Amino acid sequence: MSRTARDTCLLLGLSVAAIVASGILLLIILFLSTEAWPVFSQVGLLKFAFDEAWYPTEGAFDLKPMLVASFAMSMLSIMLAAPLGIASAVFCRFYAPPVVRRAYQWIIILLAGIPSVVLGLWGLTVIVPLILMLAPPGASLLAGSLVLALMIVPTVALTTQAALASIPQFYWVGAAALGLSREGTLLGVALPAVRSSIFAGIMLAMARALGETMAVLMVSGNVVQLPTSLFDPVRTLTANIALEMAYATGDHRSALFVSGLALTVLVFILAWVARRSGGQVVHA
Amino acid sequence: MPEPANLIDREIHPVRDRVLLGAVWAAAMLVAGAFVWLLADLLWHGAGRLDWSFLSTAPRNSGRAGGIWPIVVSTVLIVAVAIVVAAPLGLATAVLLSEFTRRGGTTERAIGLSLDVLAGVPSIVFGLFGNAFFSVWLGLGFSILSGGLTLACMVLPILIRTAETGLRMVPDDWRLGAAALGLSRTTALHQILIPVATPVLLAGLMLGIGRAMAETAALVFTSGYVDRMPSSLFDSGRAISVHIYDLTMNVAGGDRSAYASALVLIALLVLVNGAAIWLSDRTLQRKIATR
Repeated sequence: MSRTARDTCLLLGLSVAAIVASGILLLIILFLSTEAWPVFSQVGLLKFAFDEAWYPTEGAFDLKPMLVASFAMSMLSIMLAAPLGIASAVFCRFYAPPVVRRAYQWIIILLAGIPSVVLGLWGLTVIVPLILMLAPPGASLLAGSLVLALMIVPTVALTTQAALASIPQFYWVGAAALGLSREGTLLGVALPAVRSSIFAGIMLAMARALGETMAVLMVSGNVVQLPTSLFDPVRTLTANIALEMAYATGDHRSALFVSGLALTVLVFILAWVARRSGGQVVHA
Repeated sequence: MPEPANLIDREIHPVRDRVLLGAVWAAAMLVAGAFVWLLADLLWHGAGRLDWSFLSTAPRNSGRAGGIWPIVVSTVLIVAVAIVVAAPLGLATAVLLSEFTRRGGTTERAIGLSLDVLAGVPSIVFGLFGNAFFSVWLGLGFSILSGGLTLACMVLPILIRTAETGLRMVPDDWRLGAAALGLSRTTALHQILIPVATPVLLAGLMLGIGRAMAETAALVFTSGYVDRMPSSLFDSGRAISVHIYDLTMNVAGGDRSAYASALVLIALLVLVNGAAIWLSDRTLQRKIATR
């Protein structure tokens, strides 16, 4: 084979691979939609938000409690994780002595690598009994939010750290020339300069919280209800899929695919907002 | 936002500075404390159950007693299927992105966008897709193959992005040099670019393996729950993460085995990620040495 012919073959092979790789996303959307379609065309979109209850085997498909639970839990966890994550990054960049900084950096990286099922195990055996002492039943919206918060702190911390590291040198020089103290530089220069990247990191962390299944499934009690307090057990969209997929058939199965599709759309919106505000997708 | 600060910034805001100092340290110690608590709890409850026979025997009494050997085998098989499928596909796509498309061009942007979106799909949705496509539509049922293929789709974006970064790190001089020597692009890739980028490619592979090993939600409806030793790739096999989930939620008194399995999983992950970090550090050193 001549040299150019071989290069053409290579390019052809690579193109096929790339088409397959980028086709997977389309395949996922296609299959979710086809599986969701039967129940979707029968009962319509509104029924999922305004039906009286979730009795999927009897044709009542109210996803509202799950939507509210997912939303409440990811909001609560991000409210805890955002300040902690930003403070963690600030700690590493501004406050920590070198030895402590290196150790803390490792803690954040290791924490990011803990599998969610292990966090769920720890949450169920440690956090849930502690909450039970405050108010029964223990497995609750609060337990889910706490475990999720611990899970997404590294996401916020690492994106904020990357953002702080990307601040041009002359900002620091300028701040020093103005005689700003450490705190003045931090509050007046550094954080405002990377505001949008921090926001993007928070959006990505929230997307992660919304899509998380195992940790939430294990600690939040899984009762289908609209939560009225932090101590109520709730069932999120993801937990609902994981719990019912094993035995669901027909319209019920189809309804679970509808909730999967809804979840995907929500996560995409968050990722899109993050991208628009200048965030990097974190592949980890 | 605070007022523009000046020379006597520190004297103006003594309270603010001290509160900030306290708050930042408190937050950092809270996160570190939670992590240490988690780790100590895992070691405390898991270490007692962990010994050689735990690794080398089959589970008995739904996992309350016995070990996790068939589960380790299933986990390795599932991850192996995922990597064997995803690695060549990922490498080929990365080569196309870094060597044959213009940066910021339409092709590069389109493929990049689809990969970024794919990376953001929640793992339970991968589980739904894997069940509908591999298990039902392709008729693979609950099998190691279904689970592995589902994970292959999931780790593809990480593999492609790290391989692409690795290839882009090779200086353009080398490509020009290869062209000047009259090498075809195929030969240049095969003899020069890929060998030079190998440590980064391997590091990416390790990250992918780590991600696949930690996954649970995508496997529950694809590779299933069966905890026996699989006899082929078409058998259902229980991954170690699924085992932890099952012991915790469905088996009363399975906590200690769950903790021990969690320790095994974390040890595996630390090994794999350690290898990834070591490999990428080595590349950086080598890069500096050749300059």
